[in-house]
Amino acid sequence: MSNVFHAPSRRELLLASGVLFAWAHLPRAALAEGRDPRFLTIVLRGALDGLAAVAPVGDPDWVRLRGDNALTLGSATPALPLDGFFALNPAMPNLARMYRAGHATIVHAVASPYRERSHFDGQDVLESGFVKPGAADTGWLNRALATMAPAERARGGKEAFAVGPVTPLIVRGAAPVMSWTPPKLPPATEDTVMRLLDLYRHTDPALARALEERIDLAKIAREGGLAMSPQKRGIPAQKGPGAYIKTYFADSAGAAAKFLARDDGPRIGALAFDGWDTHADEGVANGHLALWLDALDGALAAVESGMGPAWKETVVSVVTEFGRTARINGTAGTDHGTATVAFLAGGALKGGRVVADWPGVGEAHLYQDRDLKPTTDLRAVLKGVLRDHLRVDARALDDAIFPGSASVKPMGGLVST
Amino acid sequence: MSLDPVSSDSRAQAALALHRFGFGPKPGDIDRLAADPRGALLAELNAGPRPIDDPALASSAEDARATVAFQMEKKREREARRMQASSGNEMAGQNMMASGESNEMSVRKPGPPLPQKIYLGEAQAHYQAALDADIGLVERLVWFWSNHFCVSADKGLVRSLCGAYEREAIRPHVLGKFSDMLLAVETHPAMLLYLDNARSFGPDSIAGERRHKGLNENLGREIMELHTLGVRSGYTQADVTNFAKVITGWSVYPPRRFAERGGEFWFNERMHEPGAQTVLGRNYAERGFAQGRAVLEMLAHHPATANHIATKLVRHFIADDPPADLVARLAKRFRDTGGDLMQVTQALVTAPEAWRAPRTKLKKPGEWMMAAMRTSGLQIRDVRRLVNAQNLLGEPLWRPPAPKGFSDDSAAWVDGLAERLDIANQTARLVGNNGGEPDAMVDAALGPLASAETRQTVRRAESRPQALALLLMSPEFQRR
Repeated sequence: MSNVFHAPSRRELLLASGVLFAWAHLPRAALAEGRDPRFLTIVLRGALDGLAAVAPVGDPDWVRLRGDNALTLGSATPALPLDGFFALNPAMPNLARMYRAGHATIVHAVASPYRERSHFDGQDVLESGFVKPGAADTGWLNRALATMAPAERARGGKEAFAVGPVTPLIVRGAAPVMSWTPPKLPPATEDTVMRLLDLYRHTDPALARALEERIDLAKIAREGGLAMSPQKRGIPAQKGPGAYIKTYFADSAGAAAKFLARDDGPRIGALAFDGWDTHADEGVANGHLALWLDALDGALAAVESGMGPAWKETVVSVVTEFGRTARINGTAGTDHGTATVAFLAGGALKGGRVVADWPGVGEAHLYQDRDLKPTTDLRAVLKGVLRDHLRVDARALDDAIFPGSASVKPMGGLVST
Repeated sequence: MSLDPVSSDSRAQAALALHRFGFGPKPGDIDRLAADPRGALLAELNAGPRPIDDPALASSAEDARATVAFQMEKKREREARRMQASSGNEMAGQNMMASGESNEMSVRKPGPPLPQKIYLGEAQAHYQAALDADIGLVERLVWFWSNHFCVSADKGLVRSLCGAYEREAIRPHVLGKFSDMLLAVETHPAMLLYLDNARSFGPDSIAGERRHKGLNENLGREIMELHTLGVRSGYTQADVTNFAKVITGWSVYPPRRFAERGGEFWFNERMHEPGAQTVLGRNYAERGFAQGRAVLEMLAHHPATANHIATKLVRHFIADDPPADLVARLAKRFRDTGGDLMQVTQALVTAPEAWRAPRTKLKKPGEWMMAAMRTSGLQIRDVRRLVNAQNLLGEPLWRPPAPKGFSDDSAAWVDGLAERLDIANQTARLVGNNGGEPDAMVDAALGPLASAETRQTVRRAESRPQALALLLMSPEFQRR
């Protein structure tokens, strides 16, 4: 995949590919403790350059590695200092603010178990939770949900949702998934819908289920005022380069938060953003990647404000299939690599730190002489959050959710429970 | 769920041929094909792809030159306006209004900007070919291969080139040799720009050394992973890097610098990495362009490519879980014939599995839209409506989210059902009361494939538009 430029209809493209899901399942064990945790996962498709997002400004080899492309505290637009060693891309002031408030944690030199460099296999491993690509057609988030009890609430446990018409692997599986798209056409009448549903119930249960879920969701969207344009929902109109991306990211993340924040809403969701594959003209400080990081930063801020008081019970994880080459390639970009960063944000975190067993970026330290070396398993991070935030059963984490990961211990101390 | 396998009834087989292999029946098609459904498919293959000879459509190189000229002109206009604005500050209010207005009139051209105009013109021809086709098998192949070798209109100049790319690199080859299509695709400017190869320099090439530029391995990787061998088929990172070096210099004449050849394929010797390269254990000592052509030829005839293509064809046309026997037979035909796509496609449509498999696949959004228009007799009045509908359904035309193209797997599309209902509803409103008797509509669209429940649901609709919307949304019309 490649950089995607700012064509006028980019927003529609993303509407089709960025997807948001949640289920009516409740983290029952957490509820029993009097907590009501929310969990949102954002998948960045295309492989985020972790070194451009969070720069190791304290590493003596850093500037030698990237030259003019190395973000530093002395760059024209200075990187935002985090802990004396790492600094954040200046396009992400909201994440920096959350970090200072103890509401964000950054994990660096992290990677899934995948060690090849195909986007599509890499996403398969990231989303399936299996060690090898092509091993399953269900996602780890769906299997995590399957270990929780379904909600028994007013709407019969169906008030879950997704944005967009394409289902990504991370949420596929036995636990029911719903999807929601902002209405654009005059909808079919309720009478037509009911006739169709009746036909499906008699002839095609899979289509019946898909339609039923959408009907319930449309109702919630109407009640929540989500069937309106972004501006009417108070999402400010964006101008200038990347306006479509910024609006789309903030809009869909904000809508997710509003669903998750509701007392009777779902508790778990996922969302995917495309466009991180920066083979050429990466634009770390003021080009393509800076725009995309800015949009991601805006999305995190939109989750924070959309959650309202529920922010303090929220964890958002931001993950990508792999990183990029440590060195800049022949076209001012980076090719497919290995380790990268993961972001955690949310008021439930014990944050304000960068977690990294730093491998170094000197020539001798690179993985296969080209990539940032992976020193932390992404599954450890996700298992830590699922165990401590949602109280997912530890044995299920080792077997059903991330199969074959018993040797990868959940990372403790991420959330402040 | 699985609709029952189709009976041996010849009208049922004709309806299956139209839905599974074509773009769905137009009124009368099921009866017309009933005498010999397989023969009708083979006859359409023998007739081959119909070239699109719309005089309004230009070549990709012409489109590239016109687009760059358009962009330069716009830039000049912007600068002129800026100059005028700063020099016209002293003018009196009334005069300024008047001159401002006339100025606006002279610079603002009606309609969308040129790249979008080209895109819409190409989209119109692309859809029209699907609507005009008899059965639509050959057009389905064009769509299949266009998705297999996808480019994205969201990348710079590619918006102006993506339609011409399909006409020039895909359409002529869908029933020819796979190796010819591969070479046409990988030397097409749209692909070279989309996957960055136009700017990939051999690190030790003359231009690379002088300008300190180097390799971009994007296209090299995706050719192996997506276009030919398939992922996990045994190639290594070194193979990717070496192959990327082999195809350095495969570039595009920049329209800004080359008035006549701008936008055409350019083998730029000065960007090409000199010397022999090893790819998949074989040494390629050819010089210049011949080196890349030799590697592509090897990849086109590699057994892994035969398997990859056979699997994708069967998954697209027959079943999400492709029957292994059928895949093996198609792969063998591919190998035995040196990748002759006519013979591979003939083997596909005459395979017993192709007629026995249950109708579990959900039509992809664009396929379903074409079937809806064919059955309801709608013509393209404003192509933007179709483009927008396909966007809404998650399959924006020539704009895949990644070089892998859109999924052929039904699971990816089922969540778009509610959007389909909105489109079906809109289609039915456009048809209004011109849609004919509900029973006749069901017969023409589905024939014996219609279940009793679907017939009854459509028959009992409160209005003709509602009947049509329900028909278009029925499981038998959605699945194939």
